[in-house]
Amino acid sequence: MSQESILEVKDLRTSFFVEGDEVKAVDGVTFDVPKGKTLGIVGESGSGKSISALSILQLIDSPGKIVGGEVHFKGENLLDYSTADMRKIRGNQISMIFQEPMTSLNPVYTIGQQIREALKIHRGLDKKDGTEKAVELLELVGIPSPRKRVTQYPFELSGGMRQRVMIAMALACNPELLIADEPTTALDVTIQAQILELIKELQDEFGMSVVMITHDLGVVAETCDYVAVMYCGKVVEYADVKTLFKNPRHPYTVGLLNSLPRSDVDQEELIPIKGTVPAPHEMPDGCRFAPRCPFATELCHRELPNLDDVGEGEQIRCWIYTDEWDGDPEVKVYDPERTSEDK
Amino acid sequence: MTVYIIRRLIQLIPVLLGVTILVFLLMHLTPGNPAQLMAGENAPPETVERIEDRLGLNDPLPVQYFDYITGVVQGDLGTSMRYNTPVIDEVGDRFWVTMELAIYATLLSIFLGLIAGIISAVRQYSVSDVTIMIIALFGLSMPNFWLGLMLMQWFAINLGWFPPTGWGSPSQVLLPVITLGTAGAAIIARMTRSSMLEVISQDYIRTARAKGVKERIVVYKHALKNALIPVVTVVGLQFGSLLAGAVLTEEVFAINGMGRLLVDSIMNRDFPVVQACILIISVVFVVVNLLVDISYRFLNKRIDLNE
Ligand SMILES: Nc1ncnc2c1ncn2[C@@H]1O[C@H](COP(=O)(O)OP(=O)(O)O)[C@@H](O)[C@H]1O
Ligand code: SF4
Ligand SMILES: [Mg+2]
Repeated sequence: MSQESILEVKDLRTSFFVEGDEVKAVDGVTFDVPKGKTLGIVGESGSGKSISALSILQLIDSPGKIVGGEVHFKGENLLDYSTADMRKIRGNQISMIFQEPMTSLNPVYTIGQQIREALKIHRGLDKKDGTEKAVELLELVGIPSPRKRVTQYPFELSGGMRQRVMIAMALACNPELLIADEPTTALDVTIQAQILELIKELQDEFGMSVVMITHDLGVVAETCDYVAVMYCGKVVEYADVKTLFKNPRHPYTVGLLNSLPRSDVDQEELIPIKGTVPAPHEMPDGCRFAPRCPFATELCHRELPNLDDVGEGEQIRCWIYTDEWDGDPEVKVYDPERTSEDK
Repeated sequence: MTVYIIRRLIQLIPVLLGVTILVFLLMHLTPGNPAQLMAGENAPPETVERIEDRLGLNDPLPVQYFDYITGVVQGDLGTSMRYNTPVIDEVGDRFWVTMELAIYATLLSIFLGLIAGIISAVRQYSVSDVTIMIIALFGLSMPNFWLGLMLMQWFAINLGWFPPTGWGSPSQVLLPVITLGTAGAAIIARMTRSSMLEVISQDYIRTARAKGVKERIVVYKHALKNALIPVVTVVGLQFGSLLAGAVLTEEVFAINGMGRLLVDSIMNRDFPVVQACILIISVVFVVVNLLVDISYRFLNKRIDLNE
């Protein structure tokens, strides 16, 4: 990567310890977020996207625990920070917005009280200045009659409005990094577009870097500069967004492109990836995707490939792109002709 | 808000009327003749009949009830059959004694219950959590009078730290208040624990943490206020059993409260006093529950106060 990174996640591991078993929700995740850019994290439900994001801010609750890795933010490993130092990062330099706007605001405090809180903690603003700033922020995120809204409770607002409030809250202290965990999944389509547009505008205005977690490849195409594709707690492909769409290389990425709905292009039909995501206790020893991969060989079933650099800032975790590959040397993982027309 | 309170107060009228009818019927239809008790067991039937006439006991029941309720509406609770004094004088101070006992016990149970419940929830499955929950289970299962007798035996008689009976000085107040407040504390502790555990896993708690809020403030500001909503309801319901418990506690510690007066008056078929006591207790109960309702609505912003 030629440019400066604001966030470098290296071999991050987060596990849940339930009834003596270790569920490796995040199993060695590595990615970079270039400064001022947007990194998309895509993958099926349960692939560890949310847990990765929460691990960055160390918001993992028991029985979950970060068991290894590094999270470098502006060059410093956040995992070495004390609890108090970490609190100074949260909501200040790194903010997060969540999937569920309906339940992510505290029902018994007003919108104003909830926005003021971060301003008080990180900027020391008193009630009066805090309220002024809250009104300003609500205006910024496009909420009508903001002065009235600050005294309202969350139940008085629609889902889209609440997500705007969440964004206003996250932006209160001008964070350098915004982590958005499926910010539009719970909203209806027209509102989705507005919220994404808003995040994009604010990013341009404040020069924020963004981690955009999503299911929707359309969202990726519209908002992201780089993409990390996750499968079973691991990153399987990392590339810039153009390369990923034009020339996806990992068999799982190709499967995703064919199976996930996209809001940006017409799709003839969706071709689901055969099989299902393996349950935590039956995780394959070799490549996690081998049971579902049309190209899997004996090597794939036996050994886990590494996430290797394949040039031009791209990284892929697949045996096909290594010298050890024991299958068809001419294998064509992605064929634009075939995937868009045949079944 | 004012409209809501006024409407709730108006709704209380039929409830209280119902209570008076029920108690009135209960007293008059159960066996036992106050006139006979007053005259003595060997009194000649004429004497008994004269007393019955004087007390109006021979009038038809509806007439008796009507006389009674007209008096009540005018603020006259009647005359004690046994002492021949106005009921209001009999109840007077004793009402305040019982109120003091009930209020102290409620405050104690809220205070202990909340602290224990919060500690339990925040340190789920820890030694303190398990210990608190075992103690709470005991607190719930111990009959009130038994706990009272045990406390009296140990702390008043064996150790001599407190006077065994009476009411007034702080040392006299402590044992009865613990006796009466324990069950409530146990219930509130359990309720607070489960309510806190549920709230702590909510999305908005994660939002608060993501803002950089200190853990202490996450618990006491963001979680507790939400967790209190169901707890407040329990406090209101609990107040009913508390009043019942007060009767037993007063018996055990020989406290001259309304509970003892009520028991004595039932024994002696002193109808007006019984009716007055129950009416007063009912009023207290419904008023407390109204207060609980108002605070519930105050905590839970999703409820419109004018509904
Ligand atoms: N509280 C939890 N207890 C046990 N396992 C969990 C818990 N939360 C998440 N996991 C595990 O972590 C995996 C990844 O979850 P998540 O990061 O939420 O997926 P997603 O990619 O859909 O955001 C899940 O499949 C699950 O196995
Ligand atoms: S390593 Fe093998 S099984 Fe895994 S994705 Fe590549 S080809 Fe498929
Ligand atoms: Mg998720």
